[in-house]
Amino acid sequence: MKYLYYPGCSLKSTGKPYEESLKAVFSALKVPLEELRDWNCCGATAYMAVNEVKSFALSARNLALAEKQGEPAQNGMVQLVAPCSACYAGIIKTQRYLAENADIRKRVEKGLSDASLTYSGKVQIRHPLDVLINDIGFERIKEAVKSPLGARVACYYGCQIVRPYAAFDNQQAPASLDALVGAIGATPLDWPMKTRCCGGSLVGTIREVGLRLNYLILREAEKRGADLIATTCPLCQFGLECFQPEVNSSFQASVRMPVAYFTQLVGLSFAIPEKELGMQRLFVPYKKASIGG
Amino acid sequence: MSSPTARPYGPADKAGTRPALVYEVQKVMKFESELNPHFGEEVAQKAHGERLFACIQCGTCSGTCPVSHYMDYAPRRIIQMVREGFEQEVLTSSTIWLCASCYQCTVDCPKQIKLTDIMYALKQIAIARHLYPKNFGVPIMAEEFFKQVAKNGRNNEGKLMINIARRTHLLNLFKYSRLGMKLFATGRMALFEEGIENKEQLRTLLRGVEKTS
Repeated sequence: MKYLYYPGCSLKSTGKPYEESLKAVFSALKVPLEELRDWNCCGATAYMAVNEVKSFALSARNLALAEKQGEPAQNGMVQLVAPCSACYAGIIKTQRYLAENADIRKRVEKGLSDASLTYSGKVQIRHPLDVLINDIGFERIKEAVKSPLGARVACYYGCQIVRPYAAFDNQQAPASLDALVGAIGATPLDWPMKTRCCGGSLVGTIREVGLRLNYLILREAEKRGADLIATTCPLCQFGLECFQPEVNSSFQASVRMPVAYFTQLVGLSFAIPEKELGMQRLFVPYKKASIGG
Repeated sequence: MSSPTARPYGPADKAGTRPALVYEVQKVMKFESELNPHFGEEVAQKAHGERLFACIQCGTCSGTCPVSHYMDYAPRRIIQMVREGFEQEVLTSSTIWLCASCYQCTVDCPKQIKLTDIMYALKQIAIARHLYPKNFGVPIMAEEFFKQVAKNGRNNEGKLMINIARRTHLLNLFKYSRLGMKLFATGRMALFEEGIENKEQLRTLLRGVEKTS
């Protein structure tokens, strides 16, 4: 079965290592991943603050394009993989509002028909974590592990993968990433910050607040003895990793914590060359221990 | 008005004087005629969140919010102020801009009130009326983001940062230059603006959803 891939803006720039490692891992598992042609921005959280219906319209165009380009899976739905949590939650939110709110549906449908597009609700949004665990399965992943990771990993899910909609994991205490990290030969740590907000774009707008939210997460991971943090979202990764110098100077701290995408860690355990996983692009380098687990 | 030193409240300044409680109360004291009795309904409608009026003021939202201690009014208070019609105070509060849409309050609310959507509705109203400080980053980011996507269909993170700095404080450009260079050096910054091919289709779509009335 073929998956359509919706990168979103981040995976083409700051989140580039996420895209590289995602593609490498899917290809190692022989799962076809095809990029959605001429996709547009999902609107993220910023668009919603200016105009709600237009932000739904943005996602509706992507859904319409996906319906046209993809082929339905067994359940009759085109599978669209959205790795960025903001895209993921934003598109699901659009689907919910289109289904539940007649006024929004009418306006979006009018816009779509003006633009010669149609969307009939036959697209399912999937997070790559969901696909790895529930479609590909632990058995195939474990078979592909050539070099167990053997690290202590703080699994950070962030907000929007489980909120407001938890499509594949427990909303209050998600465990899917921990299970995946365990399957690739690493030790998931028990810690309370799994779904605690990183502040998202606040690091760029209300800096003091954004830095503090990131600091709380980094400090806790450090305190628990994590070798690195595993993330599922490009914005979380960006905040947690790239602002560590600012965090340290603001809070008189000395955090130096690698923050890697979970797909990079899976790739490392598959013994995929580091370069193909974008490991060299991380600000805080993570070197896999050579002994393994 | 009683003397400012009558009741100790809040942190003391260097001289040891504490702000009096009476000031805090007066900040939100208003006559009914100064309130907007329709504000609650307006916001509820805009947020498709008519459940605003089901709020039992339990405070779960404020307790669970990761940024409530930075807000001038925590979410529980905002909800009550919206219902009571404190339009000006709500729309000029820091609260709505601090909300990072983590949806913790929305999933924890025992009355299933979609607080995050209410915050979005308030942001939309405040932006439409230009009710925010001139150099304030959050609404400026939202506006710049909006403009860029409406024009090109995609958001260029590098260009977005530059535009925000331009409209907030040019000094921010220097603040972020270390970060920008590092992103560039690691190949994590797209230099050229990459738009979509079918921009006309997107524009037609965005025009099409605008209300026709």
